[in-house]
Amino acid sequence: MGSVAESVSPSIQKKKAMTMGTLTRVLKYSGVRLISLFLTVVVGVYLTILIANMGGYVDQMMKAEIQERITMEVGRNPALKNMDPATRNQLAQERIQNEIERLNLDQPLLLRSMRFLRNALTLNLGRAMNMTSDAGSRNVRAIILERIPYTLLLMGTANFILFFTTLFLALALSRHYGSFWDKIIIGLSPTSSAPSWLYGIFLILIFAAVLKILPFGGVIDAPVPDDFLGRALSVLRHLILPASSLIISQFFYSIYNWRTFFLIYSSEDYVEMAKAKGLPSRDIERRYILRPTLPTIITAFALLLIGTWTGAIITETVFQWPGLGRVTFRAIGLYDTPVIVGTTIIYAYLLAITVFLLDIVYALVDPRVKIGGGGEPKK
Amino acid sequence: MKQLLNSLKEIRKYPAAIFGLMIVSALVIFAIVVVITIPYQEAINMWRGGESIYGRNPRNVPPKWVNWFREEELPESFELIEGDEGVTSEVKTTEGGTNIKTLTFEFDYNYAAFPQDIVFYFRSNFDEKEPFVSMTWVTPDEREIRLGNFGTGPTLTFPVSQDDQLKKKLDDLAANVGLFKDPESEVDEVVQGTYQVNIEAITFEPDSEINVEMVLLGQVHGWAGTDHLRRDLTLPIMWGAPIALTFGLLAALGTSITTMTFAAIGAWYGGVVDGLIQRITEINLVLPFLSILIMVGTFYSRSIWTILGVTIALSIFTGGIKQYRAIFMQVKESTYIEAAQAYGAKDGRIIFRYLIPRIIPLLIPGLISAVPAFVFLEASLALLGIGDPVLPTWGKTINDAYQNAALYRGWYYWILEPAVLLMITGLGFAMLGFSLDRIFNPRLRGL
Repeated sequence: MGSVAESVSPSIQKKKAMTMGTLTRVLKYSGVRLISLFLTVVVGVYLTILIANMGGYVDQMMKAEIQERITMEVGRNPALKNMDPATRNQLAQERIQNEIERLNLDQPLLLRSMRFLRNALTLNLGRAMNMTSDAGSRNVRAIILERIPYTLLLMGTANFILFFTTLFLALALSRHYGSFWDKIIIGLSPTSSAPSWLYGIFLILIFAAVLKILPFGGVIDAPVPDDFLGRALSVLRHLILPASSLIISQFFYSIYNWRTFFLIYSSEDYVEMAKAKGLPSRDIERRYILRPTLPTIITAFALLLIGTWTGAIITETVFQWPGLGRVTFRAIGLYDTPVIVGTTIIYAYLLAITVFLLDIVYALVDPRVKIGGGGEPKK
Repeated sequence: MKQLLNSLKEIRKYPAAIFGLMIVSALVIFAIVVVITIPYQEAINMWRGGESIYGRNPRNVPPKWVNWFREEELPESFELIEGDEGVTSEVKTTEGGTNIKTLTFEFDYNYAAFPQDIVFYFRSNFDEKEPFVSMTWVTPDEREIRLGNFGTGPTLTFPVSQDDQLKKKLDDLAANVGLFKDPESEVDEVVQGTYQVNIEAITFEPDSEINVEMVLLGQVHGWAGTDHLRRDLTLPIMWGAPIALTFGLLAALGTSITTMTFAAIGAWYGGVVDGLIQRITEINLVLPFLSILIMVGTFYSRSIWTILGVTIALSIFTGGIKQYRAIFMQVKESTYIEAAQAYGAKDGRIIFRYLIPRIIPLLIPGLISAVPAFVFLEASLALLGIGDPVLPTWGKTINDAYQNAALYRGWYYWILEPAVLLMITGLGFAMLGFSLDRIFNPRLRGL
């Protein structure tokens, strides 16, 4: 009995020391990872700013905006109303010059781009040049925030359905390897080379133009239904086609990919062993196939969520869906650089946060990954 | 090399690969034929030609072959000019130099649908006094309708559907409908039979002459139909193929080769170089690919070559580089590399002569599978309105159609033709690349 007690206490102590060690290691690792990710975002956004800035577009637009704003201010000011036009003009010019100097527009590109970068990184997105939000605000943040729910609705619906249906269908298929349906899926998987907007066009043609049972695009009927249920149903009706086109364009390839992935894992020795032991196939699936593939599944899910961000520009355009993609596209069409940089920085942040969270989630679900423990995760 | 040939032999076992290969080769041959028959500059000139080339085409009509699937055929366009069958002309000269020319255009119209328009072209020469014409329309059931009396000037184009006075005369129906409609019928029914147009043209000078041409614009045109600017869509449908293939293949080739080279360099040198390449890949992941392409398109240049260059530059440091790197890391440990080092081969030689050739079999399926993505990228950019402005491409056609609400108005051919061709191109390459991937990738073999 005594020997048991003796052996327990040092092991507890050891465990305690290990937890402390792990904690500092996790903190240190997280810190380093955060900094490196932040630097990545900084460089990425800076490059975007440079691309959007080259050719002096941003400067020209900023100068033009200052000119316009101050001329208007001076013109509107009742205190200056009685001044003769020449003096008033001179005053306006002086103020414009002051403002340009205050914003350092006369300074070299390097300094200015750094300032732009700082504003972007602190999410001080500024004002749009030409665009307004639906509520009438020129604030870039308002413009972007207003559209996020629509993008989340469309992308969320499509990606969740896509992800879970393909995952489970693939799991089922991997069990019936070589069957008729398996061959059908393999045969159909090249269809995923076409982008969603192309399927979107075909869907609009069939369901909106010919059959006339679903709307061509947009997000809600006009006039907007009065009650909540009516509104929800209307949005749902408008959601069907764009979401379907997003799902169809990835559907077969996604199934094929998962199926192949599961097949590779099901041919591992320990799975054969489990089968030999006579474990029920449900258990084999859950413990021996799904468990080791979980990190990959999670990564795929996370990347799917953020990856469709850019792809949505065209699908949203085709379906007139008022999401972020459409805002970006309109912003570029209107040469509205602040909005472009705004969407870029949000995307960059989202990506960085996701990658960071993935690292942590990995450590939680995969016992083989040791955070900051030195060395690569074993494969 | 032998491995490559063996793998190619294995293609025969994959029907999808053969099918894909057939599509791809057919497209390539088609593209070459197109480029030879309609040279680049000529294609651009034709596409941007405008009224002078396309003026006599109907606007927004489907291709001829839709008639094969219809019970009641849609009218085809035709032109009538002096000397053609069905046109009689007679000139009466008088002493004072005033000549009266009587022209009769006779044609059969046996369609159930109305034509899009009838256009008369007058061309005359005179010194001071312009010729004067009066026109009468005679229907098969012997009704006579005055089309109008007017002076022609040196040249005059008279599209009957645009004439308001005529419209008033015809119960407020546009003349292309009103002139053909059976007045008794409630629904719009065409009186079928032989129509006649009588034109009396009076010239007032001895040397003054007048020529009249009649064009009936039908409801079908050519093999691909026409767009909103009356342009024949055959041109973009045909020229879309070489452009899509060039863009797709060049982008895929450029991306694959540069990616592979960078991966090999990173894997070989390791350390700082490898780390740098990894960091660049991470940064590239943050950059909004499509937005940057759109910005380049709007701010700098929409030329397809600029877009191609930027596309390749942005596609080098992507996920693919990590895959290649992993393979190179394995190859790097091979004994033959060690042997090469032992006899003193330089780094460059090892990378380009020993490392890279080793994974070319793996490169091919990736390269071919990447083509559709770039073909569709070009189309996507065109759909967003930043395609190369001078080139007739499939994406541009879809964009034009979309801008003009083609689906809403039922001009399905306008979108379907380029969309189906894009689909076929993408599927062809995808099927081939997909099967090649299964052949070349040992891990997938048998799965």
